[in-house]
Amino acid sequence: MAIEGIIGKKVGMTQVFAEDGALVPVTVIQAGPCLVVQKKTADKDGYDAVQIGLVEKVSNRRITSPMRGHFEKAGVQPVRTVAEVPYSGDANVGDKVQVDMFKVGDSIDVVGQSKGKGFQGVVKRHHFAGGRATHGSMFHRAPGSIGASAFPSRVMKGMRMGGRMGGDQVTVKNLRVAKVDAENNLLYIKGAVPGGKNGLVYVQFSRNGKRSE
Amino acid sequence: MPEIMKIVESREARTDLPNFAPGDTVKVHVKVKEGDKERIQVFQGVVISRKGGGARQMFTVRKVSGGVGVERMFPLNSPSIDRIEVERHGRVRRAKLYYLRDLRGKAARIEEKRKA
Repeated sequence: MAIEGIIGKKVGMTQVFAEDGALVPVTVIQAGPCLVVQKKTADKDGYDAVQIGLVEKVSNRRITSPMRGHFEKAGVQPVRTVAEVPYSGDANVGDKVQVDMFKVGDSIDVVGQSKGKGFQGVVKRHHFAGGRATHGSMFHRAPGSIGASAFPSRVMKGMRMGGRMGGDQVTVKNLRVAKVDAENNLLYIKGAVPGGKNGLVYVQFSRNGKRSE
Repeated sequence: MPEIMKIVESREARTDLPNFAPGDTVKVHVKVKEGDKERIQVFQGVVISRKGGGARQMFTVRKVSGGVGVERMFPLNSPSIDRIEVERHGRVRRAKLYYLRDLRGKAARIEEKRKA
């Protein structure tokens, strides 16, 4: 397959046994099938890419009319989620993208949205050490000094403080494909991926990664 | 979604192993790799715990070897378990028999389960 990525949903984590009996922690992702909705070309758009959409059951009234026209033009069924991925070689509108493009051992990058943690202090958010819990210590999880006094009379930009944590786009690079279940559109990835269950994830071949074939 | 997880886990689970519970005495035949050769080693003892579910289930076997307690944990669905033999069913009133670690000799015996 010439298309470099796929959209999926995180199912959860479990473990599988490798052939030599080693226990491998895996994240199961229900990936695809996806359809090519649009082809972008260097001539017209300035770069080459394909827009793919995750095929799932979607209520008609959830599709905005601009998107509806976009799908009608492509002649594909409406989808809720679209993403752009690079491709090489041949790809046409309406092409199917499925998990079987991945082989066991392939190096992949996974993009997802991390779990939101809400307002967190500096100990959790920036790994500050905090102070002593006992022996009369009155300094526990506070941030401490955030700068000097008369000079510069302000707090430096980028000072690490408490605040909203999580819910960011996170990319985990160079994960390995542990198993591919083409029948059920399941992709098993060694290790953890960002986000919670049912979270959207984008799986792409690593740019310089190993690829079996 | 959990439905998919059940399918995933059921595919990993082994179905060829006998039923056994904490308190049972079992012989676990483990495949051991030595260089390029593979042989089978038997670990016999009392099952003191089963934990986890689905494909992730683990069990712990305890034996006393030369006066020293030895415990070994196995993933239930591991392909390195060749087979499991149940030697006897024990009558116990706990799911986790960690108290056996503090008992020695006669006190550490487990009564055999009578057939109902």
